[in-house]
Amino acid sequence: MKVSEIQAVLGAKIFNEVDEELEVDYGYSCDLMSDVLAFVQNNDVLLTGTVNPQVVRTCQMVDIRVIVFVRAKEPSAEIIEQATDAGILLMGTHHSMYSASALLYEAGLPGEEIENDF
Amino acid sequence: MIFKYQVDAAAPELAGRASTEFKSVLKQLGVNAKIIRKISIAMYEGEINMVIHANGGEITCTVDEKQIEVVMADSGPGIPDLDLAMTAGWSTASQEARELGFGAGMGMPNMKRFSDEMDVKTKVGVGTTLTLRFNL
Ligand SMILES: Nc1ncnc2c1ncn2[C@@H]1O[C@H](COP(=O)(O)OP(=O)(O)OP(=O)(O)O)[C@@H](O)[C@H]1O
Ligand SMILES: [Mg+2]
Repeated sequence: MKVSEIQAVLGAKIFNEVDEELEVDYGYSCDLMSDVLAFVQNNDVLLTGTVNPQVVRTCQMVDIRVIVFVRAKEPSAEIIEQATDAGILLMGTHHSMYSASALLYEAGLPGEEIENDF
Repeated sequence: MIFKYQVDAAAPELAGRASTEFKSVLKQLGVNAKIIRKISIAMYEGEINMVIHANGGEITCTVDEKQIEVVMADSGPGIPDLDLAMTAGWSTASQEARELGFGAGMGMPNMKRFSDEMDVKTKVGVGTTLTLRFNL
């Protein structure tokens, strides 16, 4: 799904610009960064209610390029700059994590399937 | 080739900088993307632990033809029960660390899972040295 479609589906605000039009294959919704590190394997959009520089760092580690902050949370200027340097697009929606996930799923974006051996 | 990074626990917002820098080194060296990802995730978990559970320290990454070794040494409180620390879900993370999105007790099992070899030397009151090896 293209970022422009995510934006339209969620009525999302875009916080920064990256040079290419990004596209994602799956969605993952999570506030725990260790979960993201453990389970994300694909080209996902991350929906999260956690807003701090470690969210961007975590996404840099697992090659997530698009982050949506839910419940109208706003990243600081510092976080936005860090994301821009890393080529990561930041968006925000007023929807809750549940509703935002449901809207994207309904629009055809599947969830990352969890494979783990814990 | 040896790369050294200082990890400063006084600036938790910078935690992950060493892992980010080493990740770009690995990209420049042309290491396979899947291996880079495993190394980045495991090293980042270790770096975060050095910041949220200890008082920072030093990371030494050694790259040779067959493997990459990441040694993370801190002089923090040490780990009293290593088996427990290795258990998924076990965490003593502070409220502050939890607000950053950590404290799921997944870091140690993640490091084990994403590395080919993991060795932990720890002593209460002295510190922890974690060694991760990745085959190329
Ligand atoms: N370098 C360290 N020094 C002291 N204690 C540590 C260190 N690393 C880990 N521990 C201890 O081991 C526990 C488990 O670590 P682990 O990384 O698995 O989970 P966590 O850091 O608490 O949460 P998460 O990694 O999911 O964010 C920690 O809660 C802490 O008690
Ligand atoms: Mg941890």
